[in-house]
Amino acid sequence: MNPLIKIITFPGTNCEYDAYKQLRFLGAEAELVWHQQSTLGNCSGIILPGGFAHGDYLRPGAIARFSPIMEEVIKFAEAGGPVVGICNGFQVLTECGLLPGALSKNEEMRFICKTVPCVVKSTASVLTSAATGGQELHLPINHGEGNYVCDDATLQYLTTNNMIVLSYTTNVNGSIENIAGITNKIGNVVGLMPHPERAVDPLTGQTDGQVLLKSFIEATK
Amino acid sequence: MEKKHILLGLTDSEYDLIKEKLGREPNDLELAMYSVMWSEHCSYKSSRIHLGRLPSASPRVLVGPGENAGVIDVGDNIAVAIRIESHNHPSAIEPYQGAATGAGGIIRDIFTMGARPIALMDPLFTGPPEQPHNAYLLDGIVKGISGYGNSVGVPTVGGNLVFDTCYNQNPLVNVFCLGILPKDRLVLGRASGVGNLVVLLGSSTGRDGIGGVSILASAAFESDQAGDTTSQSSSKRPSVQVGDPYEEKRLIEASLALLDAHLVVAIQDLGGAGLACATSELAARGRVAMDVYLSEIPLRESDMTPPEIMTSESQERMLAIVKPDDFADVQEICKKFEVQASVIGHIVPESSDCPNQLRILTEAGGTVLADIPAATLADEAPKYNREITPPKPLAKLDDMLSASRDPAEIATDGSHHASVPDIAEDILRLLVDPAFVYEQYDHQLFTNTVCGPGEADAAVLKLSAPDIAFTGKALALSSDANPNYCAIDPRLGTAMTVAESALNVACTGAEPIGLVNCLNFGNPEHGEVMWQLSESIDGMAQACRELDIPVVGGNVSLYNSSEGKDILPTPVVAVVGLIESISQKPPIIGLNAEETLILLGQTEHNLCGSAVSRLHEQSSPRAHACNLPRLDLKFHKQLIGFITKLVGAQIGSSNGIPQEIANSTDNLLSYIHDVSFGGIAIALCEMAIKSQCGAIVTGISSVEELFSESPSRVIVCTKFPEKILELSQQYGIPSKVIGSAGGKAVTADNLFTLDLANMSDQFSGYLSTYLKVTDRE
Repeated sequence: MNPLIKIITFPGTNCEYDAYKQLRFLGAEAELVWHQQSTLGNCSGIILPGGFAHGDYLRPGAIARFSPIMEEVIKFAEAGGPVVGICNGFQVLTECGLLPGALSKNEEMRFICKTVPCVVKSTASVLTSAATGGQELHLPINHGEGNYVCDDATLQYLTTNNMIVLSYTTNVNGSIENIAGITNKIGNVVGLMPHPERAVDPLTGQTDGQVLLKSFIEATK
Repeated sequence: MEKKHILLGLTDSEYDLIKEKLGREPNDLELAMYSVMWSEHCSYKSSRIHLGRLPSASPRVLVGPGENAGVIDVGDNIAVAIRIESHNHPSAIEPYQGAATGAGGIIRDIFTMGARPIALMDPLFTGPPEQPHNAYLLDGIVKGISGYGNSVGVPTVGGNLVFDTCYNQNPLVNVFCLGILPKDRLVLGRASGVGNLVVLLGSSTGRDGIGGVSILASAAFESDQAGDTTSQSSSKRPSVQVGDPYEEKRLIEASLALLDAHLVVAIQDLGGAGLACATSELAARGRVAMDVYLSEIPLRESDMTPPEIMTSESQERMLAIVKPDDFADVQEICKKFEVQASVIGHIVPESSDCPNQLRILTEAGGTVLADIPAATLADEAPKYNREITPPKPLAKLDDMLSASRDPAEIATDGSHHASVPDIAEDILRLLVDPAFVYEQYDHQLFTNTVCGPGEADAAVLKLSAPDIAFTGKALALSSDANPNYCAIDPRLGTAMTVAESALNVACTGAEPIGLVNCLNFGNPEHGEVMWQLSESIDGMAQACRELDIPVVGGNVSLYNSSEGKDILPTPVVAVVGLIESISQKPPIIGLNAEETLILLGQTEHNLCGSAVSRLHEQSSPRAHACNLPRLDLKFHKQLIGFITKLVGAQIGSSNGIPQEIANSTDNLLSYIHDVSFGGIAIALCEMAIKSQCGAIVTGISSVEELFSESPSRVIVCTKFPEKILELSQQYGIPSKVIGSAGGKAVTADNLFTLDLANMSDQFSGYLSTYLKVTDRE
């Protein structure tokens, strides 16, 4: 069977088509999966896309984690399957416990949409394997709550295990250690605030997101 | 005690007219419904007789004015739907919700037509942010648009930001929305089919926004002598609606899914005037009779009265007409998206004397509470030919000199000249970077954005949407206004506004194909305001006719005033342009070191109505205070054609490109920027700041030439100056070299020198200086 990437869609999600379109542009097969489904079917990788799942009611990601499909997503991740959460998807991953820490309101209490320089801090993940350590990537961010926070022990754990995969070159939202993206210990689950799918098409600007999505597609093969 | 109809905003003669239409006294519910439907906001009663003068025909126009949105054919079986609306008065009272629900309302107008909303623009006008109340309003408005637009999933790709003291108590919040649709999904708000169900989709109905259109949007803001609107603001606050973007997002998905499955006969959004409007318009347009059962309408509060239920402006609701056999499928789709769907009425056989009787009943088979011919609500509000009073001609020279303390002088021909004491200082005061605003908006969703806000003269979007594949075409969008010009000469000022907007889209290689307008004016009961409105419509009509741009929709917002004075006439236009084929990003605003700067078009040395004159004037610009620069629409059209071809050839558009341009292998243009606000001075400084590259300006000899805002001019930065000069000569466009790019400063000999760092700090720092303060309050 050909590798097939599943894109999980909650009510309020809005970046699912962008992820779908760019994955296909880069040669992968992808399908949207509605949050009420209780099985993933044939699945070689999962994207939790950006948006406002369940309207961000309560907290971003707080309600999405209870959707029926999430049990399957967690099983898939725990079995080592590649999972990437982008923006709101990152928030869902921290809420459901697949990744440590949390994302709080941007330091200046404002939504930010702009392209910012980021640095690849670790290539030991399904999202960064094709990049080189220290590589600078210009990536669009688009969030009101992307300020990564965690306690000292977690930060120690992240650094010791090389789990910070992406950081901002200047601190745009207040994140501890400029963190833009992290992975779990074995590198199969990644969450990041920047939107690699918005940096694929040269006509719309940056193409630095390609190397990240290509890494992910490779991991699903 | 005042009579009921007066309290509801109706006049005695309007009340008499209602009695005549009904042949009896209206009851309370009927009176409430007439009061909202006959409000200025819904009925356009003061402006309607003038709006007919706008040209709306073109072979591309599929739906013109009068529907929920204008629809234009862009080929490949794809159409675009556009619409603009104001939410001025709600935003004055409650800036966050006022602006948020403005976005929500306009988005519904677009998906009502079957189009997927893919872009918003927000022209905003407030008092100067140096005043804390203005900063509070602007901050709230921007956060409202950001909070709603981002969450509902429609990117905000452009807009305007204009500061003037005339908007102190009455900010203008206009919101434009564009959607795209497969042509066969186009649906109109016309009910049909006796026995069909009237289905209310979305939110429950609550007490929010009752009387919004009549009490808020259609009445003057009367402030006390101190100009304080606080007390009356809080009393009107319950008339402001409250938005929920998550509900709207699900409503968009559900509505488009219903249309794709061909499950609705007609659909209409609920906005101003709520159910009274949606039911009467659907019935009147379709010429059918309708029964509505109040018992079936889901309510947020159980004790709401019938007038409250019928006029509530609770957000995120749609009304659909559905065949009985399809209702189960409708429910299935609505269930998936967690959208409430309730049958609240039926299309019923017409009565003998009226084809479109609208009856409101307690329940099916219950007591009839209202019994009204729908067309009398929707279409038969009185149309007023209000008195038009042209302003008295000014004794120009004397008046200007005594009214203004600046060293301005009026030449005998009425043009305006000034000796500006410190050019560099003035330039710095005119440099405002709106990035602080647009960086709070998602402007990239759907990955269509080729040129985002602040990048080019117009936003450029790939023509594609989740259900519409990219076929190589792109759209360019620009919204524009020029209240200073319109105050001095509303007819010419409005024509200039149209001209600028059309040139803006041309600068990205697009051909202008349609326009919508939002006419923001003062109190129509003032003769001079009606004169401004009438003149403005004539100016727009003339420009649109000469430039071949159909007006496919519009909105009129009257009774805008601050501190007892009407606002400057502020007609806003939004032009959509089409790029037939795009394979490369168009040239944007910027400079390349060592390249040549060329001005296309001719400068009239006249500062009348210019931003720099305004800096030095103590009072607001007045009608005929001076003569605006001339606008030659024939030349302007020629210039638009030339620029469209020049840029179009470079980005891969094949539409009528002459060989000599198309054969060029290099990019003839590196950067481009139109000359408008602040004249050549501001255009060049903006280009310099964007690229962090200076310029040495050589061909400019006077302050008038530097700051003039005369129309029909574009600056290009090019590696191939001879080629550009030759081509422009061939196309009859005057052109001249005005300098070269390079260095770390912008210098114009004998006039000014400004270094990049200084300009950039001023440019990017202005808004954040004032807006960040509000966070600490």
